[in-house]
Amino acid sequence: MDQLYQFLSFSDPNVRYVVVGTILLAVSSALVGSFTFLKKKALVGDAVAHAVLPGVCLAFLLSGNKNPVFLIIGAFITGWISLVIIDQITANSRIKEDTAIGLILSVFFGVGILLLTYIQHSGNAAQSGLDTFLFGKAAAMVQQDVIVFSSVSIALILLVLIFFKELMLIAFDEDYAVSIGYPVRRLELVLTTLTVMAVVVGIQAVGVVLMAAMLITPAAAARFWTDNLKIMLLLAAIFGMFSGVVGAYVSYVAPAMPTGPWIVMIISMIAMASFFIAPKKGIFFKMWHQYRIRRMILEENILKVFCHLGEKDEDYFKPRSREEIIAQRELRHSKLNFGLLRLNQQGYLRKKGNVFILTQDGKNKGLRIIKLHRLWELYLTKYLRIAPDHVHDDAETIEHIITPDIERKLEELLEYPEMDPHQSKIPY
Amino acid sequence: MIQQVDNPVLEIHDLTVSYNNKPVLWGIDMTIPRGALVGIVGPNGAGKSTLIKSVMGLVPMGSGYVELFGEPLKKIRNQVSYVPQRGTVDWDFPASVRDVVVMGRYGKLGLFKRPRKADYEAADRAIRQVGMENFASRQISQLSGGQQQRVFLARALAQQADIYFLDEPFAGVDAATEKAIIALLRKMTEEQKTVIVVHHDLQSVETYFNWVILLNTRLVASGPTEKVFNHDLLQETYGGKLTLLSEVSNLLKRGSFPNREV
Repeated sequence: MDQLYQFLSFSDPNVRYVVVGTILLAVSSALVGSFTFLKKKALVGDAVAHAVLPGVCLAFLLSGNKNPVFLIIGAFITGWISLVIIDQITANSRIKEDTAIGLILSVFFGVGILLLTYIQHSGNAAQSGLDTFLFGKAAAMVQQDVIVFSSVSIALILLVLIFFKELMLIAFDEDYAVSIGYPVRRLELVLTTLTVMAVVVGIQAVGVVLMAAMLITPAAAARFWTDNLKIMLLLAAIFGMFSGVVGAYVSYVAPAMPTGPWIVMIISMIAMASFFIAPKKGIFFKMWHQYRIRRMILEENILKVFCHLGEKDEDYFKPRSREEIIAQRELRHSKLNFGLLRLNQQGYLRKKGNVFILTQDGKNKGLRIIKLHRLWELYLTKYLRIAPDHVHDDAETIEHIITPDIERKLEELLEYPEMDPHQSKIPY
Repeated sequence: MIQQVDNPVLEIHDLTVSYNNKPVLWGIDMTIPRGALVGIVGPNGAGKSTLIKSVMGLVPMGSGYVELFGEPLKKIRNQVSYVPQRGTVDWDFPASVRDVVVMGRYGKLGLFKRPRKADYEAADRAIRQVGMENFASRQISQLSGGQQQRVFLARALAQQADIYFLDEPFAGVDAATEKAIIALLRKMTEEQKTVIVVHHDLQSVETYFNWVILLNTRLVASGPTEKVFNHDLLQETYGGKLTLLSEVSNLLKRGSFPNREV
């Protein structure tokens, strides 16, 4: 608890640097990643992330120190080369993009690991800590690192804002962008460069192996919550920021712990949660929606039973027992009880001891469903030429979904018919 | 029957386009008069879409040139509007109808400038023209096929161009939308705009268009509907590819041959 307080109070200047640095890098990669995500280039981010490793190692070998500026330049060069090669392979050979990405990713990463191992066994004292580039160590960032990485991050955020309109256009409709004369090739180059830079600034805190998650996961999570691109960018930035802060905290209290996996775990949990609980698109919402439909169908079916029985006895308001209802329509007891209870609450039925009586509102509602059922049967036989003995099952479903507007059109089209195809009277 | 016109709005001169060395358009040479409502007709794989794509600079030309209003495309891009096939974009993109239609103003705006009030008003006017005003803030993922097509048309209208190229605007749309679109296109041509449509349905060609282009890799005919849209020319268009031409095409492809000596 003390540690948390100390962390949140920002009293330690080192903590301040690391937190600010991680936030900026998370926000910038979330923003850039949103466009990579919308352009369906998620895998490209992963390829770049792995391809920067040889660049980092080469920069270290050539410069002999861990100056972040050199490392960024090295990472940028190999990351960029990898993308150019992927593009060239895809354009000029039979190999498709996914295969090209797989090839390049593993080749570059393999070379990177090779160089890293060589450096580690070279006995160079300055090399200690270079292996944190694999899985990241936010707390290992010194002031100089933070300043360099943060400046790049801020530049990235500004560039995304400046290019917002253009990036949106090429992500949505590239052909149209060409047709109005936008320099699409160059704009794609900009997005590619932004992607590489976003990966590069993350290598210290998150590490190359998991950096792709920082690009794609915030965008994927945010997409569940909104259909508005601006809000999506904002949410992606917030999700990224939150996971960044948590990662920095973990790195602070448990220095032996790699930061990258923690950040990625947090952001993945946010994405998972979004997958389940997001309104409209989330799994829970969809399940709830399905449940409500089933409940509505059950209630309407029970009212229909009351009306059918009433039709037969020519008395709609006769009390009915559960057995009578089940004799008319096969229903599980638990379901029937649930439906009766709700209809009673809603004022469509009245409970009297062990029996139930239709109210006037319940009768209206039930008869409307019967009317829709019969109108639809008639429509199917008349306009789709379906045999009268084949239309019932279809009407059983459609009767619950017809809106008042379609109901009116159906009535007008069929000219308020008296009888359905089975010679039952249609109630109005 | 290829009728050439004076002072054309569109001139295609000796155009050849190839995919992987295989020519899909071969020696197209034609002119289109101002204010025409043009239908491009031909069998599948005839190169109909490719023709307008090459005019819009979306596919590289193997040979020949295209001039609009007597100028190359680059100079008069603001006067030209293109409606891609509806299926070429991901309609699940996070954008509203208004967001998409205002893209029609991007060309005039240029790079880095945000759409201004006037641009949004122009977009709203275009949305009204296609009868989508009740859907302006609707998410594009919730639209029907016909509504999507209207949105694309509205985006083109917001461009306020003088010549419009539409790629299969009637594919997979409801009857009401088809009627609304053709009425709108007619009104545009009455205002001396030129509209060129890739079209699939032979039945409606005579009622929709006053100029017809018959295409099957080569140009079979281009002229006023009553002169061009007849049994013999349709037979020639749909009667299969010219066998010799296809054989040479395949030779070019197999041999990775350039189709013009450079």
